[in-house]
Amino acid sequence: MKFTLHIWRQANRTAPGRMETHAIDGITGDMSFLEMIDLLNEKLLREGKEAIAFDHDCREGICGSCSMMIDGQAHGPERGAATCQLHMRSFADGADIIVEPWRVGAFPVIRDLSVDRGAFDRIIQSGGYVSVNTGGTPDGNALPVPKPHQERAMDAAECIGCGACAAACPNASAMLFVSAKVGHLGALPQGQAERSERAKNMVAAHDREGFGHCTFYGECEAACPKSISTEYITQLNSDYLASAAKAVVKG
Amino acid sequence: MKLDARVPSGPLPQKWENFKKDQKLVNPANKRKFRVLVVGTGLAGGAAAATLAELGYEVLAFCFQDSPRRAHSIAAQGGINAAKNYQNDGDSVWRLFYDTIKGGDFRARESNVHRLAEVSVNIIDQCVAQGVPFAREYGGLLENRSFGGAQVSRTFYCRGQTGQQLLLGAYQALSRQIHAGQVKMFPRTEMLDLVVIDGRARGIVVRHLESGKVESFAGDAVLLATGGYSNLYYLSTNAQGCNVTATYRAYKRGAAFANPCYTQIHPTCIPVSGDHQSKLTLMSESLRNDGRVWVPKDPTDVGKHPNDIPDANRDYILERLYPSYGNLAPRDVSSRAAKRVCDEHRGVGPGGRGVYLDFADAIRRQGEPKIRAKYGNLFDMYQRITAENAYQRPMRIYPALHYTMGGLWVDYHLMSNIDGLFVLGEANFSDHGANRLGASALMQGLADGYFVIPYTLGNYFASTKQDRRSADASEFKAVEAEVTGQVKRLLSVNGKRPASEFHRELGKVIWDNVGMSRTKQSCEAAVSKIRGLREEFWQTVSVPGTADNLNVALERAGRVADFLEFGELLATDALLRNESCGGHFREEYQYPDGEAKRDDEHYTHAAAFEYQGDDKPPTRHQEPLNYETVKPAVRSYK
Repeated sequence: MKFTLHIWRQANRTAPGRMETHAIDGITGDMSFLEMIDLLNEKLLREGKEAIAFDHDCREGICGSCSMMIDGQAHGPERGAATCQLHMRSFADGADIIVEPWRVGAFPVIRDLSVDRGAFDRIIQSGGYVSVNTGGTPDGNALPVPKPHQERAMDAAECIGCGACAAACPNASAMLFVSAKVGHLGALPQGQAERSERAKNMVAAHDREGFGHCTFYGECEAACPKSISTEYITQLNSDYLASAAKAVVKG
Repeated sequence: MKLDARVPSGPLPQKWENFKKDQKLVNPANKRKFRVLVVGTGLAGGAAAATLAELGYEVLAFCFQDSPRRAHSIAAQGGINAAKNYQNDGDSVWRLFYDTIKGGDFRARESNVHRLAEVSVNIIDQCVAQGVPFAREYGGLLENRSFGGAQVSRTFYCRGQTGQQLLLGAYQALSRQIHAGQVKMFPRTEMLDLVVIDGRARGIVVRHLESGKVESFAGDAVLLATGGYSNLYYLSTNAQGCNVTATYRAYKRGAAFANPCYTQIHPTCIPVSGDHQSKLTLMSESLRNDGRVWVPKDPTDVGKHPNDIPDANRDYILERLYPSYGNLAPRDVSSRAAKRVCDEHRGVGPGGRGVYLDFADAIRRQGEPKIRAKYGNLFDMYQRITAENAYQRPMRIYPALHYTMGGLWVDYHLMSNIDGLFVLGEANFSDHGANRLGASALMQGLADGYFVIPYTLGNYFASTKQDRRSADASEFKAVEAEVTGQVKRLLSVNGKRPASEFHRELGKVIWDNVGMSRTKQSCEAAVSKIRGLREEFWQTVSVPGTADNLNVALERAGRVADFLEFGELLATDALLRNESCGGHFREEYQYPDGEAKRDDEHYTHAAAFEYQGDDKPPTRHQEPLNYETVKPAVRSYK
């Protein structure tokens, strides 16, 4: 198979970027999208040109490093898959493919297809945890957790923190990411003590980072490599309102 | 070189208690005066950084990924062992200890392994309290499954993403400490050297990957939790970024590297499909709970559709060879069995390097929905990669490099032979001997980080005079200059070949010669080929661009340069260990039925290598392994 790739190149955070076109040949259907970029990079290096920077690590869809807009879709055309799990058999031979980094103000481009997702770390730091120190915890079976609650927690906990939700959202809102953590911990008894504070603090951190508001387009769920449901956003809204109501009552 | 394991006195089950009884403590108000540098934020590093910060130490944490949440621990699928005996099936601390020692082919240190089994139970409690969503029974209690090398169900899991959930637990604990200002986090920062002054580890030299700036950090202790070196083989199940640089550079600064030849080949990976492949994908060992491994009895059947081969013409190899453990035989044993039948031309799939893992019986017995609930994400992953539906036809699997038991030598306190340098998780050598059992890596990483280092590091601080140096000291500047020199050297070769090409070639040399089986000749051949490749690398590698920005080719070339030296050390160790044990299989040493033949008389020791200079062979030291409680026996799973 052969393709014409139009790829975003940008030297650093402040330099202006531009699209660069590369023709590539000798691709097979069982190659992953990233393996195709590897091949292109090897070609560039042989010509003494700089390789295209892109984030990637585990290449099995779990680390959440990869972050490419492919033909305008976060992680490309395949549903429920990260870029590293996308195979070239999903594209028509001879196609033109446009590859860009996440386009979200809160994720500044640091080079080519690499972006800074520190905002997600800061959102978690604002309250995406259960405040327990190591040691002195009760026996794992001391508190039974109904299986449906555990399943609900797990469905949300699968979030890989890649940022596709924000990249796909017309408002650049990362509410699916926030709601996944709030929903994971909120579904478990261990997460109840801080439930209301967590929702409030994480939403505030999300807004501080410059992400947009959620208006329920639903693009996030469609782009999410883990297919996390927008149902968790509904739950988040309810937790958030409860926490706001509490604040009012407290005066 | 002095290798004193500093094992506490007393009978085995009391050693850890005795250590805790005798340890010296740091006053809570004094803890903040100690600065700890933690390199790597996977299960071991993340757990250690969070826990030490909770205790009040000043922690600086470093990772090369863009966030601590992306460390490769995240990719672990199957589960984590703990001696909880929730299933009432006869498990105990002793049994977990014994299984791990036996699984390691009697090449691990008894005292460390026993401590691991003891603290395993605390890990589960800790993770549950953090909100890790472990699988539950309908009654709300924790569920378990079985893993290789054990006859009890002691593995806790979160679907097929246990590593992810445990890592997120540690990452969240770490995030809480970052928020509290107790941890300063440096993502996209790669450690490139260790600074040792007057025999003590005083700090590290890093390169900030985005700005390219080289900088020194001084501390009172350095913790390396930088993972293993499977990527030496190029194709492995490890993430692309995993590398040996931190531990190898520490080795060049005097830390002993122990048992580099102990590498684990995981039996259930998706087979290689072509030359372009950048990594291999693991299919969790938990699949062997329900999958049956087989190949055709007759080599002429290998081309047939598997469903057209009747049961009578199938060879269920593991069930035949190891009836008491069956499809749950340990990893090294299962991998070699697969290699053997493929060498007999009975392998299936492209290139004949594959065996079937068949779920048809389990689906018939339990129904497809049950199988889907247990392994659905793994079946999906398999289909995505191979375009085959494993509910309808058996999976094809083949062994691949997965984990490395060797690592920097550490004593009972997890301190290397360099004062103040501690090594945790996969980066050290201590707990798995010559072969690791499934679901034990997560256990070890978290044990080291949550429950061992907080005690042993405190003891170190309380019993050693504090003597922190400044990062402006001339010794730091000298190491910085060396690091900058290496970066400049890579940029100035101006060759035509990408580093990845050398990496691929190196991987092939290592896999062919020091892979699943080794011989004296193959180890020698590997050493000489690696030397040639290394020379070529420094003459023809292409690293365009500059040092003062994000340069992915430069990062890769630096890591490959270290692999090109480290590969020789691994082959040397394999050559000098004249026995077969666990993952180290020397063809010269085997029983007539093909099982590994140990030489306890001469090799019941850990081999620790001391660097002597680039053009001198390293010195091989020995730490004798004294089996006081367990009697090493022939490791049989029949």
